[in-house]
Amino acid sequence: MAPVDRTGPGPSPESAPGLLLFGELFFGLRGAGVKVGLSEWMTLMQVLASGVVRPDLTEFYHVARSLLVKSENLYDTWDQVFGAIFGDGQMPTRVAEELLAWLAHPLPLPELSPEELAAWGRLSLDELRRLFEQRLREQSERHDGGSRWIGTGGTSPFGHGGVHPGGLRVGGQGRNRSAAQIAAERRFHAYRDDRILDTRALTVALKKLRRLGRVGEPELDVEESIDRTCRNGGELTLELRPPRTNEARILLLMDVGGSMDPYIQLVERLFSAARGLHHWRNFEAFSFHNCVYEKLYPKVYGRDGVATADILQGRSERSFLVMVGDASMAPGELVERYGAIDYYHRNGTPGIVWLHRLRTRFPRAVWLNPMPEAWWGGWTTRIIAELFPMFPLTLGGLEDAVDNLVRGRPDAVPDLDSLEKWYSRRDSNARPTV
Amino acid sequence: MVERVANGWVGTADYIASDELMRIVNVAIALGRPLLIKGEPGTGKTLLAASIARGLGMPLLTWQIKSTTRAREGLSVYDAVQRLYDSRFEDKGVSRIEQYITLGPLGQAFASPERVVLLIDEIDKADVEFPNDLLHELDQMSFAIPETGRTITAAHRPVVVITSNSEKELPDAFLRRVVFHYIEFPDRALMASIVHVHFPNLARELLQQALTSFYQMREVDGLRKRPSTSELIDWVAALLAHGVDPAALQADLPFLGTLIKREQDMAALARSKRWRR
Repeated sequence: MAPVDRTGPGPSPESAPGLLLFGELFFGLRGAGVKVGLSEWMTLMQVLASGVVRPDLTEFYHVARSLLVKSENLYDTWDQVFGAIFGDGQMPTRVAEELLAWLAHPLPLPELSPEELAAWGRLSLDELRRLFEQRLREQSERHDGGSRWIGTGGTSPFGHGGVHPGGLRVGGQGRNRSAAQIAAERRFHAYRDDRILDTRALTVALKKLRRLGRVGEPELDVEESIDRTCRNGGELTLELRPPRTNEARILLLMDVGGSMDPYIQLVERLFSAARGLHHWRNFEAFSFHNCVYEKLYPKVYGRDGVATADILQGRSERSFLVMVGDASMAPGELVERYGAIDYYHRNGTPGIVWLHRLRTRFPRAVWLNPMPEAWWGGWTTRIIAELFPMFPLTLGGLEDAVDNLVRGRPDAVPDLDSLEKWYSRRDSNARPTV
Repeated sequence: MVERVANGWVGTADYIASDELMRIVNVAIALGRPLLIKGEPGTGKTLLAASIARGLGMPLLTWQIKSTTRAREGLSVYDAVQRLYDSRFEDKGVSRIEQYITLGPLGQAFASPERVVLLIDEIDKADVEFPNDLLHELDQMSFAIPETGRTITAAHRPVVVITSNSEKELPDAFLRRVVFHYIEFPDRALMASIVHVHFPNLARELLQQALTSFYQMREVDGLRKRPSTSELIDWVAALLAHGVDPAALQADLPFLGTLIKREQDMAALARSKRWRR
């Protein structure tokens, strides 16, 4: 590898590895969905400047990951971003060269006041990027050597003050494999949170679905009573409070129609994870075929259904409604009377109306779709996604769905008329009869 | 801010650590930040703290978290009951409240005159708010005892190792302040040296055959609990104790119960084509 030439007239933006690194890695990670904060970035700079890290790309890979990435679910994303920036391990990229050169002779970190840091932290990503680009421009105009965050000269962590000893050997020669090779292996693919789920991961995600409350007859809180009594010099002080319980009731409706066949194992897994979690006040599951009509089926292949109307009335409106299905069906199955796929099933009320009733009765409702998001363009899928907040049935999607269910205010329910604009586009005769 | 340690931690004779783990431990120590360790059960998360303590010659304090653990207990506990008892039945001065205050593990770590290693084990067992309740104390490395108003500030930032099994999500504010490392399951070579630490005289042939079977078994689809390091160690111990011939391992797996603990997994294993050979 050619030595890095640093005999030019003073430092240039190109010789500021921190700047380059920040631009590429920080924004690269943010862009890929890793929420790196500025304070974490500063911590990394601090570590690099302290000389604890040797000029070795493998070492940088691990140390930077430990400070910037806080979940194994994001390790794979990190590998991808890292690989894109630092190359394939054959030819070190410019960023890699600059980084290693800097690590060989790290400059001290400038003092950044807590106020400054806080101010940076409040900026949005766009503002941060603007500021960053502004600094970059300024830097190419003048080299003030001040205590700028992205400055040049001796007081900055990012710039090289003066001429760097040339002839530095660069390239990440790790002891076993280079960092880029490690990144290229993508060993953490299995930990991604947008991958399909196993039972344990499902259970962990579902556990967050809870509604804690203190309800019922107050009970004696023994420990608190003893403590209060003693602090009160022995005067008996009783502490009563209602027991803390999980009030969550779950209503799980699963599509078991033909188009769901590829996902049936996944749905079974979700079902067994949800049922096995003795965690809720009440858990009920029903199945339907492609779309919900007047009946729901407690058994997957059963013919004995329960009236959907009874479910609507008989279950608390505070229940969490979780719909699982690909939302893909013939348009008629969703919006037409007698549209059900089963020839002998004569539904007098279109499926969309039933879905709308469910959504209205249970304001806290989500739809989990096992199909990849890229395939959600179908006509019926789009209508249903208007009605229900729709999430992919992946670990990340399930977590988002759970967050959506438990957060303060549920999404507003669109009324049937506004949904109509969707299906009226296709066929003006397909108006539902309510 | 960045504190140098004279000799970084390099693992100990009874704890084999990968290069990257060593580096990250030393970075966390240098920064004085808590180190959050996750990984499959049996990858040595808990043992890590003990090894760091031994390797650096520091005392180890352990705070085992349970579902009922509250953050306050880690700092100090005021024994009001004992004080009341003493005031009534013992001829003892009870005006000195200090004598009824016991420091919790975190409190002890702060109060210690020397630098210590503090293990906060299985932090995800506690209530979801638990990590947030500790943020201030871990940042400032100091806390006040409400009963006496005394403030305890750490003379040396303790080396804090926190383990988690991902039972619950940890809050973002907490994650921002820690150094994170996920211990990968050891590869064959590393596993061989781990087994070697436990059984220095193990015949090479038996080790190789046992490792082959072990890694094959981990690949079996549908296992709810894949066998991990501690199960392998138990299994090898059982094999050794009964003098099993390594060649016999190819045909049959004795003492399977040490590796596979669940009935469903036994069934999954029996079903697996890969395994039937």
